[in-house]
Amino acid sequence: MNRRNFLSLASAGIVAAASPVNCRTAAAEGHPEAAGVLHDSTLCIGCRSCEAACQSVNAAVLPKPENYRIPEKPFYDRSVLAAKRRTDFQRFTVVNRYDVENRRPVHRKFQCNHCMEPACASACFVKALYKTPEGPVLYRPELCVGCRYCMVACPFYVPTYDYGNAWNPLIYKCTMCAPRLASGELPGCVSQCPEKALIFGKRSELLKIARDRVREFPEKYVKHIYGEHEAGGTCWLYLSPVPHKLLDQPEVGNEPVSRLTSGILESAGTTAGILSVLLGAVCFFGRRRRNGAAEIDGAGASGGEAHKGVFQSGKEGGQ
Amino acid sequence: MTSGRTNGQGLKGHVRKNGLIFIILLVGLGLTLLRFTCGIGAVTNLSDRNPWGFWMAFDLLCGIAVSAGGFAVASAYYIFGFKQFHVYVRAALTTAFLGYFFEVIALLYEVGQPWRLVYPFFLSQGTTSVLFLVGLCVALYLTVLSCELLPALFERLDRKKAWETAVRLAAPLAVIGAVVAVVHQSSLGSLYLIVPSKMHPLWYSRFMPLFFLLSSLFAGLSMVVVEGRLAHKFMRGFMDDRHARDADRAVLACGRGAYLFMLGYFVIRCMELAAGGNLRYLFSGYGVWFLLELVGGVALPAFMYFIGVRSGRLRLIQRAAIIAVLGVMLNRFNVGLVAFNYNLPPAERYFPSWMEVAISVFLVTLLVIAYRCICSGVPILRTHENYGEEIREKSPARGSKSNSSDVKR
Repeated sequence: MNRRNFLSLASAGIVAAASPVNCRTAAAEGHPEAAGVLHDSTLCIGCRSCEAACQSVNAAVLPKPENYRIPEKPFYDRSVLAAKRRTDFQRFTVVNRYDVENRRPVHRKFQCNHCMEPACASACFVKALYKTPEGPVLYRPELCVGCRYCMVACPFYVPTYDYGNAWNPLIYKCTMCAPRLASGELPGCVSQCPEKALIFGKRSELLKIARDRVREFPEKYVKHIYGEHEAGGTCWLYLSPVPHKLLDQPEVGNEPVSRLTSGILESAGTTAGILSVLLGAVCFFGRRRRNGAAEIDGAGASGGEAHKGVFQSGKEGGQ
Repeated sequence: MTSGRTNGQGLKGHVRKNGLIFIILLVGLGLTLLRFTCGIGAVTNLSDRNPWGFWMAFDLLCGIAVSAGGFAVASAYYIFGFKQFHVYVRAALTTAFLGYFFEVIALLYEVGQPWRLVYPFFLSQGTTSVLFLVGLCVALYLTVLSCELLPALFERLDRKKAWETAVRLAAPLAVIGAVVAVVHQSSLGSLYLIVPSKMHPLWYSRFMPLFFLLSSLFAGLSMVVVEGRLAHKFMRGFMDDRHARDADRAVLACGRGAYLFMLGYFVIRCMELAAGGNLRYLFSGYGVWFLLELVGGVALPAFMYFIGVRSGRLRLIQRAAIIAVLGVMLNRFNVGLVAFNYNLPPAERYFPSWMEVAISVFLVTLLVIAYRCICSGVPILRTHENYGEEIREKSPARGSKSNSSDVKR
């Protein structure tokens, strides 16, 4: 490598280091108007009306393979609550029953929590998942490559995949009924809840309601609004009479997980730039020094074989 | 590894003679058909809670880690001027190229819509994703690797002019390759930074990028030793005497390098273990498994390397290399499969289906066959007579490496 090579390489490194790359997701703090839903599990009776409503709203977009099985039992049949279910590519939401000692069972609804700083959106390498200022985390199916890194990244195990589809497998998850919200309607599940266990509203106002309830009925609720801080805050909030961990709500920490990688990504360009300059310098000056030494040694350097380049070695041995 | 079944005969005769390879290829093709007509679900045990499985851990994490030999040897030789590595440069670059190439092939199986794999580059750049960085590095490094191998190709095609240009670019390419590979290896560790609540604390660490980088370095160097040994045994026909003779010195150099990286890796992981307050987890099942990985997969081979390099016992170094490669693979499996989702109930944990394993075996077999084909046609393990001769006449030994000055005169 001569000087010109080295200089051009060094300048390329500097350009790479300086190039601006936006490695952060849209700032969550910038969504004060985000809407959300408050689920009060003390009011939920596990009637599955929300599941039925969700299905009727979203049936058009959900795939129906040959062995279509949703609902495997009618939505009024509560015997399905005996087993723990989860969402999949045929349903965006389920309600599970949790039998807790010394009290009546608690029901908890499961669907996308629509994080304020979604891990899935930050993990998506084609921006197929994105956060809207209105609250919902949405999906552009036409971009999805199917890497499933969003499923790895989501701390709540929300995104699901249509593994049986060979030609157009996609991610499926709750949209908070964004099209309905746009036309001024409530999300399907909220609109059909007979017990008002689901309340739709601005996230900031829902938080107020939740805090008021906890303050007013301290004997009824644990002092923790799940979703207020979890993973940087979620649009869906949960009140529970028992510790949330008993309701399969994982302890995910309060830091938005997207922040764990944004620093690495921002420094990657700089690291690459510095590294290329350093390695280029070692290569260039090291070679000059070695060449110089060889010249002093004289042309007949007997270590020639070892010194010769891999692409210039003499013929020896042969086949 | 199926290379053990190869024995220096022509490819056709080899396939005809060797039933096992034939079966592997047949099953692999059948499963490929199944994968691309009935979907990922037809051949894997992946689920909504376990979106990444055996392919991710083996084909991608392990495959890329052991492919690090290419940039490790090329950097040692071209950038830092360790001449002992000379004999392994082309072999390591070729295996790295094949490793990366087959990673891309494996990705076609792994992602749901492989025909969209160009989207992140051209349609919608998800710059917030580590996976975007990973993809960028794979594309870049594959390009760099193919450029680094051009001299060998031009020798084969007997294109003198093109060969001179390609040789002149070797050192700059080595620098670019090293940078891209360092970023790539570490970004594979960064992939898992996003799952702090899903990964066992013994493995989750914010230093995972560094762990991945260091372990890939010694995995790569160890793999070069293992490959060298296998090539010596099964591909001696494609090798000239000079290559065979110089290999011993290169094995020693690889052992020394790997030993140093392992030492650093071991110390940093122990420090992280203590500093992270995770010592209490050592007394669980996961703790025993962790110790097996760290002591059996790193400390033991490092010690063997140390003894081997000190006393010049090549067989010991080669054995250490095998254990080191297996140790790093164990680490990648632990990160990708064992420690990930550790808090799920046992019924919801992932275990690979035989078909996933069979497809991976199929791809490795293809890789070995491709390596044999390349080595038989292109001067990888030997020196091309015309080019070697010409250079020798034109340039008296001048202590310079593959730079242009010699070639021009």
